[in-house]
Amino acid sequence: MMSSFLFRAMDARAGIFLAILGAAIILVPASNLLVPENSPFHVPTYAVTLMGKYLTYALLALAVDLVWGYCGILSLGHAAFFALGGYAMGMYLMRQIGTRGVYGDPILPDFMVFLNWQDLPWYWSGFDMFWFAAVMILLVPGALAFIFGWFAFRSRVTGVYLSIITQALTYALLLAFFRNDMGFGGNNGLTDFKDILGFDIQADTTRAGLFAASGLALVVCFLICRAVTRSKLGKVLVAVRDAESRTRFLGYRVEHYKLFVWTLSAMMAGIAGALYVPQVGIINPGEFAPANSIEVVIWVAVGGRGTLVGAVLGAVLVNFAKTWFTAALPDIWLFALGGLFVVVTLFLPKGIVGTISGGWTALRQRKISSDYEKGSDEPPSTPPQSPSAPANIIHCEPVARFPGTTKPQPAE
Amino acid sequence: MRSGETFDDKFIQVRLPTLTRLFKAGGPMSLLKSILVFFCLFAGLTGQAFAQADAESLRNLVNELAKGKYAETEQQIEALVATGNPAAAPVLKALGVGNLYFRKSDNAVFIARKSGKTFVLTDPLTLEPTGEAGKREIKKIKVNNKLRRVVRAALGSLTLQAPDPEVRRSAASAIFKAKDPDSIPALNVAIAAETDDGVLKVMEQARAAAVLNSDLDASDKLAAVATLSEMGNRDALSLLIGLQSTAEGDLRDAAVSAAAKIEKSIAAWDTAQNVWYGLSLGSVLLLAAIGLAITFGVMGVINMAHGEMVMIGAYTTFVVQELIRTSAPGLFEYSLLIALPLAFLTSGVIGIGIERGVIRWLYGRPLETLLATWGISLILQQAVRSLFGPTNREVGNPDWMSGAFELGQMTITYNRMWIIVFALVVFAALMLVLKKTPFGLYTRAVTQNRRMAASMGIRTPWIDALTFGLGSGIAGVAGVALSQIDNVSPNLGQGYIIDSFMVVVFGGVGNLWGTLVGAMTLGVVNKFLEPYAGAVLGKIFVLVFIILFIQKRPRGLFALKGRAVEA
Repeated sequence: MMSSFLFRAMDARAGIFLAILGAAIILVPASNLLVPENSPFHVPTYAVTLMGKYLTYALLALAVDLVWGYCGILSLGHAAFFALGGYAMGMYLMRQIGTRGVYGDPILPDFMVFLNWQDLPWYWSGFDMFWFAAVMILLVPGALAFIFGWFAFRSRVTGVYLSIITQALTYALLLAFFRNDMGFGGNNGLTDFKDILGFDIQADTTRAGLFAASGLALVVCFLICRAVTRSKLGKVLVAVRDAESRTRFLGYRVEHYKLFVWTLSAMMAGIAGALYVPQVGIINPGEFAPANSIEVVIWVAVGGRGTLVGAVLGAVLVNFAKTWFTAALPDIWLFALGGLFVVVTLFLPKGIVGTISGGWTALRQRKISSDYEKGSDEPPSTPPQSPSAPANIIHCEPVARFPGTTKPQPAE
Repeated sequence: MRSGETFDDKFIQVRLPTLTRLFKAGGPMSLLKSILVFFCLFAGLTGQAFAQADAESLRNLVNELAKGKYAETEQQIEALVATGNPAAAPVLKALGVGNLYFRKSDNAVFIARKSGKTFVLTDPLTLEPTGEAGKREIKKIKVNNKLRRVVRAALGSLTLQAPDPEVRRSAASAIFKAKDPDSIPALNVAIAAETDDGVLKVMEQARAAAVLNSDLDASDKLAAVATLSEMGNRDALSLLIGLQSTAEGDLRDAAVSAAAKIEKSIAAWDTAQNVWYGLSLGSVLLLAAIGLAITFGVMGVINMAHGEMVMIGAYTTFVVQELIRTSAPGLFEYSLLIALPLAFLTSGVIGIGIERGVIRWLYGRPLETLLATWGISLILQQAVRSLFGPTNREVGNPDWMSGAFELGQMTITYNRMWIIVFALVVFAALMLVLKKTPFGLYTRAVTQNRRMAASMGIRTPWIDALTFGLGSGIAGVAGVALSQIDNVSPNLGQGYIIDSFMVVVFGGVGNLWGTLVGAMTLGVVNKFLEPYAGAVLGKIFVLVFIILFIQKRPRGLFALKGRAVEA
């Protein structure tokens, strides 16, 4: 009875989260478009765009949380997938400009005309169709992640080494996209977009629509992540995180699990990037910067790694703080961000959501045991942890425990 | 023709101090740029000490320029050259650039410069200002392209006899480029009189180039080919290749074989130069990575703030130089030597602070360490930005760090050379500390088996702190060296952090020799890729190569074996 309550509590958390998100998806665009401008409930368009940007960041954080929080792969290169998705969307948007560019060339984007290119490079063809761009948004980051992961996981590159080579990956892409010869606009990237799917990209309605699309993408990806982490697959992932060798000895093909979740996560990051680009109106190689990837990790760490809600919450909170700080106290921002890294890793290793929920669980358990001591006839039961419960992150001990398993392991 | 020659030479020796004074007093002259510096050189020569008669006849010759058409002007120029008097050089120079005018009233020739509505006149021989003239009063002495060529050649021959060997050398190089057969006689005279071996060589090469371009007979040209073949650089090569298409018979064969020989030697020198550049880049990588090899390699701590330790070292150099500039300018040459221990201490102390304050709580949690130290790096960057401002800071090079010398066909700059030497010295010192001192012994003991080391009475927390301090201090020392070749800005460290990790991981974690080999290999490979792929693509290739390499050998080039690996 108790356990079912806790299960419901877990569901309730996701439910509350989805309800808030759903409300935001409906209310924010509505209050932007329907409420008159002088009303106190009116949300200005810039705020809609800003919040839309937060939602795409949240989606990116969700993707990082899926691999880091549940599978223990600390990726310092997720910005690469984010930016690749963004570039795929940017290429579609560039092709939509058509003759409205500065040089008025119907086929070639402005920067290619400027560089005296005669033909569209082969990899730009097809991007005038939205469906093709949409496929590429998933396919390009996914394929890169698949190839990279296939090599890395098969060779059992783990831990810090993997983190460092993911960083090298995004750094190499950063350098590559800075080159004009690559055909992606070099230093300036892709910008000056006009419309998306026929709608003017600057219009309030389009902005509201993009916000809603970001919200919906976040909801869908949240549900996917939840489904993955609550399935048996998710339990194996947690096992890989906590004791990779043991999981392998138990007969699981660890690299296949890792590769699946890694590729899935990269695709989600790609979607986030694709939704990000039309809202900020530019994509340039700076998005590949290794520092960006590390920042994403801190969003997840602040919110609570191993909790999907935490990742979203962390991304929104930290970015809100960033917006506020960089406007009000620009000099303080890096101090604050740096301090956040240190404080969170030292004092809040489970993040906000993890700590609160851990405290909540401890409180309940104390209550249960005190009830039992008082002579309650209910037997005490340890609450079974669902994978959406805060990750039971174990450090130091070489002998790691599976969260929630009470049966003795065959290996022991 | 060269009647005044011996007199000139003596005169020069007497006048040289005056000349140098003239150069040093050149503050206001800087306005008139380098041409006037050149003029002043001759102004010093043409003072009253010159024989009156010489000056008189020269002035007459100069004033002749006012008369006649292009053909006459050419003859007049030749007459001026025939005097062999260097004082004629500024006149010719002004003629070449179109600044030479004559006064309509008395046909006197002046160098004139437009200043507002009037012209400022300068006497062409004494180079003293002689008042102003209206636009109507003077007329330009016209030159066409042919005359300009004549003027250039004439200037070459005149300056071939200049007192300053550097002037003679540049005159000879100019002739080498112009390949003007008319200057051969002047060169012959100059070669006969030349005393400086270096200049003599340049003159002979210039003569060879001119001979090849002239209609002298084949034996002279064969000798010229031999001279050029000895010269062995790209200029000689292009001359010889040009000769291949025009010459016939023996001469052609000689040119072909000489060109082939030069090509071979140039290729060899290019390789040597690339290796040198590669070693230079490798030593920079080594300096940046070697501290990390201690903190990451030996201790297993992922220190993302490592780059900031390098930056702090560079800023220490800046502060030391500022203090020296304001209080003891005489010590500037030693500023780097003073900065070295200070940078070591500053970075080392900050490193110990970080270890005691943050990292020691995170041992065994490498990923958390990575994040926390990244946060520290952001804080340090912003702190430096707040203290010193976001712009680049100027760190001066002492004299012994600037300049370059030639080694065969290679150019070696002193700062690169010293950095290679310095990197190797730091490496050797670090090896010595780790292998031969009690502290090094303790460090290795703690790294290999912490509990056993603790049982033997080693205070492991202190060793951790000091080792981290050592790694950070080395990074600070690297910062002193890197301040000489890179911009000293708050972002200095970030540029090195990824490269440093690549080097350490590539070389093999926990192995200093691996770091050395890794840094040098990556440096050389990078420089060899550059000519084919370009700098950026070369770097991308190296990164991709490392990513693939780690798949094959996850523990690097020189992996540690045994129990420590799994810890």
